[in-house]
Amino acid sequence: MSRVFKFDKKYKAIVIGGSAGSFPVITKILSELPEDFDIPIIMAMHRLKHIRHGFIEALSIKSTKHIIEPVDKESIKKGVIYLAPANYHMCVELGNFISLSTEPMINNSRPAIDLTFETASYNYKDKIVGIILSGANKDGAHGLKKVKDRGGLTIIQDPSECVIDTMPTAAQNVTEIDYILKTDEIIDFLICLNKVN
Amino acid sequence: MKEIEIAEVRSLTESVKNKYGYDFSEYALSSFKRRVSRVLEVHKIDSVSSLSQRLQNDPEYFKFFLTEITVNLTEMFRDPSFWRILRDQLLPELLKVSPNLKIWHAGCSSGEEVYSMAIVLKELGILENTKIFATDIDHDIIKNAQNRFCKDKAFEINKKNYESYNNGNGGLENYFSKIAEGYELNANLISNVSYKEHNLVSGDVFSKFDLVLCRNVLIYFNQSLQNKVLTTLHKSLFKSGMLAIGSKESLIWCEDMSKFTTISSEEKVYKKIAE
Repeated sequence: MSRVFKFDKKYKAIVIGGSAGSFPVITKILSELPEDFDIPIIMAMHRLKHIRHGFIEALSIKSTKHIIEPVDKESIKKGVIYLAPANYHMCVELGNFISLSTEPMINNSRPAIDLTFETASYNYKDKIVGIILSGANKDGAHGLKKVKDRGGLTIIQDPSECVIDTMPTAAQNVTEIDYILKTDEIIDFLICLNKVN
Repeated sequence: MKEIEIAEVRSLTESVKNKYGYDFSEYALSSFKRRVSRVLEVHKIDSVSSLSQRLQNDPEYFKFFLTEITVNLTEMFRDPSFWRILRDQLLPELLKVSPNLKIWHAGCSSGEEVYSMAIVLKELGILENTKIFATDIDHDIIKNAQNRFCKDKAFEINKKNYESYNNGNGGLENYFSKIAEGYELNANLISNVSYKEHNLVSGDVFSKFDLVLCRNVLIYFNQSLQNKVLTTLHKSLFKSGMLAIGSKESLIWCEDMSKFTTISSEEKVYKKIAE
């Protein structure tokens, strides 16, 4: 029985951050999004910096969605899913495009979820949904707070379901969380969100 | 920390340009703002206007600012697959045209890319016949590059990259001596390198090259500036010379891109085919 979510406005983008234990979660989410799902999804996932290939391919096996690692200054388009490339930070710029950077690691991470969330919320203001999944450090907590401070919606994966709950718990400790959801509920949430758009 | 307004950034870049001639107005906005934020935080300055004021009155301080505002983070053999095609394909092809190559590292930062190049050239036995130029906007970072020093922690990353470049074999240590808290590159590897200050934004063309490396520099510029800089890089290449940019950079929207053909779309290497 899928859960129904109601929204009072349209959202322009979804940002997702994940680390240890999030790969099966994100694979499941992407595999169950309908073909007409057209809100851009911008994902910063901690990954091995030396391995440039395979991540997109692995995510694409079960998904019909268009998943890419953007190049610097690539426009953000409807229906596309953006994954931060290995060893780059990924930011959203005013004017709705991606910028990449090799600035120092933040929270021991590059890509840093905080940077993606902060810059995306700066661009989309209150029209953004931020989701923090399983992970073993605190990256993303500050970014999710920015999402909330600017009027966006905040979601964490239910810590009881996470392989490692440090990341969602850290987010919960610094900001108000609108929804604490299990993977299946995140999928229901996104499907409902897409129907508003 | 308070969010920096775009108007504040504009007024800062304007005053720096007027006083020092360095133009940051077309730097990519979000990374530039973060760098300014960092300067405010590290130097405990309360606002962008105070920073502007200090820069106006203190040319010495401007040097710190320049170092902080430019992103100086490189690894030796970053993207090992690039260095492999450089060794196996690009350099052999360039050597067919000219046995004495001229190479330019545009935005050499702390020198790791230059060191990597010197090692590749040494291994191919062509280091002595090759002239390397390395430039950066920041005078102080060039000094770092000339110091040939690599901290222990960074060296671990460099070793891994080198191993991946060298088909799984180690050996980067052979080019270094262990010293306190790090490693020092053998001096003879970079004794022929010419270092100089050069600002890509200024558009100055100071020589012509067979190979230009400008990797992960253009990402800090907006598209309009990327377009201008590509024109400078194009003018700085001999016909049939090659340009390598960062693996996630793209110049497809630049006007002068039509004067290049793609050698490797994966590693972002282009060859100049028209003046």
